[in-house]
Formats: sequence, C-alpha cells, structure tokens
Amino acid sequence: MINFSSTGKSKSLMISRRMFILSAAKAIVFTGIFARLVSLQINESKKYRTLSDKNRFREWRLAPQRGVIQDFFGKEIASNEKVYQLHITPENTVDIEILFVRLKNILNLSNEKIFSLKRLIKKQKPWEPIIVSDNLTWSEFSRVNLFLHELQGVEPIVSVARVYSETSTSHVVGYVSQVSKTDLKNKKYIKDMAVRGIAVGKTGLENKLDKDIIGKVGFQRYEVNAYGKRIRQIYIDKGQVGLNYRTTIDVEVQNFVSKIIENKAAAVCVMDIYNGDIITMASSPTYDPNAFVHGVKQVYWDQLLQHRDKPLMNKAISGLYPPGSTIKTIVALSALENDIVSPRLSVNCKGVTELYGEKFHCWKKKGHGLMNMRSAIQRSCDVYFYEIARRLGVDRLSITAKKFGLGQKILEGFSEERAGVVPNTKWKKKHIGQNWYLGETLHSGIGQGYFLSTPLQLCLMTAQIANGGFKIKPRILIDPKDNTDNLRDYIKFKNENPNDPLPTDLLVANFDLNPLFRNQENINFVKDAMYAATNEPGGTSYRSRINNKKFMFAGKTGSSQIKRFTAKQRELEVKQDDIDYLDRDHALFVAFAPVRDPKYAISVLVEHGGSGSSAAAPVAKQVIKKVLERDSFRISQISRKGDEI
Amino acid sequence: MFAPRSIHSSTSFSSKIISMDFTLIFSILILGIVSMFAMYSTANGSFDYHTKNHIIRFVIFFFFFLTISFFQVNFWYQSSTIIYLFFFILLLGVKYFGLTSSGSQRWINFYFMNLQPSELMKIGLILFLAKYYHRISTNDINRIKFLFFPIVSLIAPVLLVISQPDLGTSILIAAGGIIVVWLAGVRIKFFAYLTVLFISLTPIAISFLKPYQKARILTFLNPDRDPLGAGYQIIQSKIAIGSGGLFGKGFLNGSQSYLDFLPEKHTDFIFTLFSEEFGFFGSLFILCLYALIIYRIVKIGHITRSNFGKLYCYGFSSAFFIYVAVNMGMVLGLLPIVGAPLPILSYGGSSMLAIMFGLGIAMSCKIYKDSPVN
Repeated sequence: MINFSSTGKSKSLMISRRMFILSAAKAIVFTGIFARLVSLQINESKKYRTLSDKNRFREWRLAPQRGVIQDFFGKEIASNEKVYQLHITPENTVDIEILFVRLKNILNLSNEKIFSLKRLIKKQKPWEPIIVSDNLTWSEFSRVNLFLHELQGVEPIVSVARVYSETSTSHVVGYVSQVSKTDLKNKKYIKDMAVRGIAVGKTGLENKLDKDIIGKVGFQRYEVNAYGKRIRQIYIDKGQVGLNYRTTIDVEVQNFVSKIIENKAAAVCVMDIYNGDIITMASSPTYDPNAFVHGVKQVYWDQLLQHRDKPLMNKAISGLYPPGSTIKTIVALSALENDIVSPRLSVNCKGVTELYGEKFHCWKKKGHGLMNMRSAIQRSCDVYFYEIARRLGVDRLSITAKKFGLGQKILEGFSEERAGVVPNTKWKKKHIGQNWYLGETLHSGIGQGYFLSTPLQLCLMTAQIANGGFKIKPRILIDPKDNTDNLRDYIKFKNENPNDPLPTDLLVANFDLNPLFRNQENINFVKDAMYAATNEPGGTSYRSRINNKKFMFAGKTGSSQIKRFTAKQRELEVKQDDIDYLDRDHALFVAFAPVRDPKYAISVLVEHGGSGSSAAAPVAKQVIKKVLERDSFRISQISRKGDEI
Repeated sequence: MFAPRSIHSSTSFSSKIISMDFTLIFSILILGIVSMFAMYSTANGSFDYHTKNHIIRFVIFFFFFLTISFFQVNFWYQSSTIIYLFFFILLLGVKYFGLTSSGSQRWINFYFMNLQPSELMKIGLILFLAKYYHRISTNDINRIKFLFFPIVSLIAPVLLVISQPDLGTSILIAAGGIIVVWLAGVRIKFFAYLTVLFISLTPIAISFLKPYQKARILTFLNPDRDPLGAGYQIIQSKIAIGSGGLFGKGFLNGSQSYLDFLPEKHTDFIFTLFSEEFGFFGSLFILCLYALIIYRIVKIGHITRSNFGKLYCYGFSSAFFIYVAVNMGMVLGLLPIVGAPLPILSYGGSSMLAIMFGLGIAMSCKIYKDSPVN
C-alpha cells in the first residue's frame, strides 16, 4: 500500500507544476497553428485561390477556320473543305500499344509515323489529344467509325482544312502548312494562339494576310478532376473565322495565262494602269498548293526543290532578270525629261560602236543605219541607246528608273518579293566597292550589266508610262473601304473636256495625282514609239501585232543576256536555239493595250526563251486579247463594287 | 480534507450525472456533428459507405464513452495493467495474423470492424504509466531502477508499431508515454540523455526507414522537391486551405476535395476539407473546440484528487493535444506527413474508439473525482 498523504501531495505538486509548463507549451503551439491559418487563409488566400483554380480548370484550344480568298469576281481560290481527322486522347486509352497495332491495320500507318506519334505522346500531357491523321479519306474514316467501339480513346473528328481550287494561283495565294520552328519565332501570334494542328501561311497572300486570315482561337474551359478527367464544361468560346479577302486577280485570265506558259519557265503580269489592280500574276511552272496543307510528302518536296525551273519560286516578284531592251523606254524618257537630247537626234548604226577601244555591239550585226529616237525604240537599236546612255549618264537614268518603280519592292507584305537593282555610281561603290566605268553606263542603257528587275516591276513601269506618266500603287487586294480611283476620274474629266489641259500642279491638287513626268509630251513620245515597235513594219514585235482596233497594243521587246557572246559566236551568227538551254537569253516583252485608250499593261518573261519578239510577244498577244475581252465584265463588277463585301 | 467513503458510495445515479462535465460532452457532440457534415462532404454530398459508417460509429462510441464514464475510477486504476497487456497482446496478434493493406499490417479483423490495436495502445500506455507512477514513491521516481519499467513498457509497443510499419502512430504512442513520465517528475536530465541518445541513433534509425518514409521527411523539408510525387499532398492541402479564404467556398463546394486533388480527404486531411469549405472562421472554430476539450480535461485533472487521475487526465489531454497539433501541423505544411488522424473528425473506427475510451476514463475521473484509488 502506498503512502497516501505526504509523498502523494508532493507528487501532485510536481505533476501540477510540470503540467503548467506543458500547458504553456500547448498554448504556444496552438498560437503557431493559429498564425499559420492566418497566413494561409487570410494573407496568402489570393495566391492559393489562383492555384486552386489552376488545378480546377483546364482549357482546350480550338483551331479557328481560315478566311476565304476570292478572285475579283468572287470565285473562291482559297477556301476550306471538310476533312476527317483522327485524334487520340492518351489518358482515355486502355493500352496505347494495342491501339496502335489496331490502327495500323485499319489505316495503314507507317512504323515511322507510329514512332513519332509515340514520341509526341511522351512529350505532352495525357489529357492532350494527339492528331493521328488530319486528312483521312472517307473510306478510312468510315472504317474507323465501324471499329470505334473497340478503339477506346480514339475520336473521329470532322474538321475543316484549307483547299485551293486552282494551281494557276499557287504563287500569288501561296500555301499553308504545319507550323515550323521558324514560324513560331517570326510570327508571335502563332505562339500566342498555342493551338495544336493549326496551319500557317508560308508564302504569297497566305503568308502576307496570315495574321488576319487565320482567325481567332476559341477555347473550351472544363472543370477537371485530379486525374485530368473532364467533369463539366464551364465555358466555350468558339473563336472567330478569319477575315475574308477579295483579290484583284481574275482567275479566268490567270488560268488562261497559266495554260499558255504551262511548259515554259515563265512569268506574266497584267495590271490595270489606272488603279494598279493586278489582274494576273502568273508564274510557271506551278505546283500543287494542296500538297502542303497536310504536310508535304518528301518525294514531292524533293521533286520541287530539284526541278530545273524552280516551281516554288514566284518568278513574277522573286525572279530577277536584266530588263534588257524594255528599259529603252525609260532611257529615252530620262534623256528627254532631262533635256539631254532631242527625239530628232540621229545616230548612224553600223552594228558596232567603240568606246575607249572597247567594242559595243548592236543586236543587228549589219547595223540599222540612220536612226532617230522613235525608230531606235521601234527597232530596238542598241547603238543608238549606247549613245543616249553615254550622254545621259547612269545616275540620271537611275533616278528615272527608280521613279517608275524599278529597284524596289512594290508589293506590301510579300516576303518572297525581291527589290532588284537599279545601278548607279554610288550603288557600285557601296555594293561592289569599285568606281563606275563609262562602259557600264552603255550596258545599262540597253538594260544589261548590273540592272535587275522583276517582271512585276516591268509591268508597273509600263503601266505608268501607259497611263500618261502617273504614279500608281500596284495592289492585289480589294480594300472595301477604299473606293477611290483618282486617275480614272482624271481621265474621265479629260475625255469630257478635251480642250482643257490642266497644268500639273492643278492635277495634283484636284485629283490627288502624282505625276512622274516633267513634260507629258515626253511620255506620249515614248508611247508612240512603242506603238511603232508593234504596229509599224520593221518594229521588233510587228509579227505579234493585232490589227483589230479593239485589241491593238503597243509594246517593247527585250532579251536579257545570260552569257555574252564570244567574238567567234558573233562571227558565226550563232542562233539562240543552237546554244545550251541554260545559256539562252531570257525573252521579255512589255506592252499596254488598247493603243487608243490604254487600260492594261502587261509584262511577259520567258526564261531562256531566246528573243522577246519570238518567245514573249506572242504570249502577250494572246493574253492581251483575253484580258480585253473580259474588260467590260470587269468594269461592270467595279461599278457595283460598292455593295460587294 | 478527504470526503468519507460513505458519501462516495451512497452517491446516487442522478448526482453522478449532474457531476459530469457537460461542457466537455457538448464539445464532443458538436465535434461529432461537424465530423458527420465533413464526412458527408467527402462523398460529394451523399450518404455513402464512409458517411454512414462514421455516423453509426460516432453514435455507438459516444454511448460507449458515457458508459465508461460511470465505471469507478478505481476500476480503471486496478485494471490498467491488464488493459495495457491486453492491448499489447492485440499488437502482437497484428504481427502474426493482422490484415495487410497498402503495404502495412495494422489491423485485426473482428467481424464488426477492423480493429487497429496501435490506436488503442495510445490510451493503454498512458493508463499503465499513470498507474505505475501513482504507485511508486516520490523518492523512487528518479531512481534508474524505476525507470526500467516505463522504458520497456514504452519501447515495446512502439517498436511493434514501427515494424507494421506505422511511423505516425508509433510517434504518437511514444509521445503520450513520455509526457506521463515527464509529468510524474522524472528529472529533466534523463530526458536530455534520452534526446542525446535518440539523436545519436537517428542515422541508424534512418537506415531502417522505408523509402517512402524517407521521401516524406525530405519532402517536408522541401515540398517542391517533387511536386507530383511525395510533395503533392502537402502542396494540395495548402492550396485547399489557402483557397478557402476567410469564409470558405461553402459547404459541398470545396473544389480541391470534390475533384480529388486532396488526398486521404476523409482521414488525415479531413481538416483541410473542412477548412476549404468553411474558411478561416470554420478552422478557428474547430481549433477552439479542440482547445476547449483539452482545457476541460486538464481541468478535470486539476480537480481530481488522486495522482492517478491527475497523471491520466494531464497525460491524456496532452496526448490529445499532440494528436490535434500533429495532424493540423501536418495538413498546414508545418510538419511532415506522418499519417496521424484528427481525433473524432477523421474517419476511422479504432481511432474513434480509442479517443472515446480515453475521454470516458477522463469523465470517470470527473464523476469520481474525490474517490481514492488503490
């Protein structure tokens, strides 16, 4: 039996004392817990609420539908088609390996494809769907649907994808394809969209308009549980279809042109000389833009890259060619505008001229005889223009050439467009690091040497001569907000008041025009000389003339040298057809039509076509006829432009 | 000074009822009701298996608690060694024919419930040590010879529980025992020695830890170490509590719990769930309720005459405090995840049984506060 009184009492004192200490400790701990609650639930509540929402909600992005691109008459040249896709959500599958084996049998998937899909699955979250195929045929799609009950985690989806109706417009419209690393770097909006399976514009209008035509990404917000399973949809934003665009291109003309130049390496541009509308911008050979939409096949890609005539290149804006004799219009104009020579200046062409011991040949070995400026343009006499160029000097020539649109990019937003070169003394010093030689001025005078231009630039140059020397801005898209057509208004005014020639400053004030001339007579002189070149015997393009007044055109041929003829070749009078294809001259032709009341300008380039008169002018003849046949149709479309779009 | 025995023996049943601590009873009842709502919420607002079980258990064990209260405190004093031994045998039984679930062997299957003897041992050890220190004289307390029994009686069940393995419960058992030893007046220096010994043994102990236990401790030290693995529970629990804010997301609206981000929501993380749905004020209410229960038990210890009663009540209240503090500290990210249920609120029959048993004996100390024990 334990002693109850004394030891029990001292023990109880001890217990109470120690309990007191313990109670104090408890109070401290509870205060600590209290403080923690304050910190978590009051001070940091906002942060944790955000984290909690981040847990709860998950967003699935929906790829938007691209806008449509139409031609001038509303025909859709880039539109969207229904495609059948197959998605797999890895977390919903029972066994991904077995699933792939099943799919392989149903869809004929290649082992490489399966391998890359598996790698993709490893990289992303299990609830994110992967696209097994984005373009199933209807029979594949229905086969998948037939076996769907055995394919857990597989979702057949009907979606839309880009489709191009024409191959003639491939270069203008461009194509879309899967997003590459470069796209992510260069196009910030693609990165921001962060949506799987979106197609991005790579070239042409698709690239230029990409930001607006691509549409706005939609998203679905789901509440998900800890395993990523969707519990319920909280919010859906369907996104927006991209903007639609109408172009100035006439697909019928484009197809017609494309057909003509089908078997050549060539480019043709047709432009409305008053408002700069590009009616046609064709490049050949062309390619199938639809081949890129779902990822281009390696075989086709290699074929395109290795092709001698570079089908992927839009020769109309990316191809650089010496303008050849077509530049003579500008050389003449520049000489007249700068009062260097009179059109009556005559030069005796003996087929060759000499400068400091160097020989400069005319294309006509026998020589043209006595030439004035009009006949020199008509017959494209080189010796005459050597003389003009020598007197004019390259710097003055370059000013005029640049004024008329050469040596600079003239379309906005076409990343593949190239500026070309209008050489002058400064340019040579800067880019080549050498002084200018007078001999080079002579070469420049006939559009050879350093001169490089695109067919579209030559078309613009011609258009600006044809319209009476007024600056126009080439355009390929119809801006529904901008309906002005100042130049046409002016022409209308002038036709109604034929005896009231307005001085230049009044033109600028009343019609907001930008004249490129000092004296319009000089422009008219050049136009007349071009008329002679096509429609008077002896003219370089006389054989391609059209006698019908309605289609009569005026043009200037040109051939740009690839390789200078050796003295021996010159002696033997070697024909273009006799030399290697790749050494033959490029054939060029620029023209405007109809002669009486010009409406359109055209430029034709045929790579290694030989001479402008034999290879390029006949093409232009056919195209001009087609364009003018459709002119009234086009005008009627313009008059009701107000209610379009 | 002491009330005559006759008074005690003649005390009527009604006066016994009157002498009960009603504040304590009501606190327990309120906590029980809160736990039912919380359990209802874990099932996303349906009476599923857990909710039903929990309600039935609470009702049964609440009456069990009241019944225990009416046994004379002397009865508990006398039978405490037997109770301890009985629980110990059950623990041994677990070792040989226990149920294994998710890698640890903790339960014995009785046909009406799976009993977890380690939970009962929490109370058994306190009871045993309270009796032991009641019996020995003040002079003997600090003699090495008399430390032998307490140490053995403490270490034996702790080792058994660790080997299940169940680190959390073994720590809680040890904590309860050590507190009683400390309250009895064992010199601080023994605890100091023990601490030094413990620390020097830590490296060896760590080598015995299961990989997941090591991971938990490392994770506690840096929860972001492995946010999707071991740190996940702590992070999600903090997000749930923090996002509750001042007033909570509302009953049945705890997104963290109903979307399954919260692990073990009906057992160890029940406080998190409640905290998410009822916010800071709700959490504070629960904290106060626990503080009140602890305070009432301490008060019983204070007024009870016998040293056994004092040791038991103080010991039990402190153990109870530790259970609450460890669980809350754990879910609030202050302590590593060790698997310690929150008394009464957490789902789990054995834990509830043990707590109600412990509370019953405390209430018995209240009713028979003046009766001597021998």
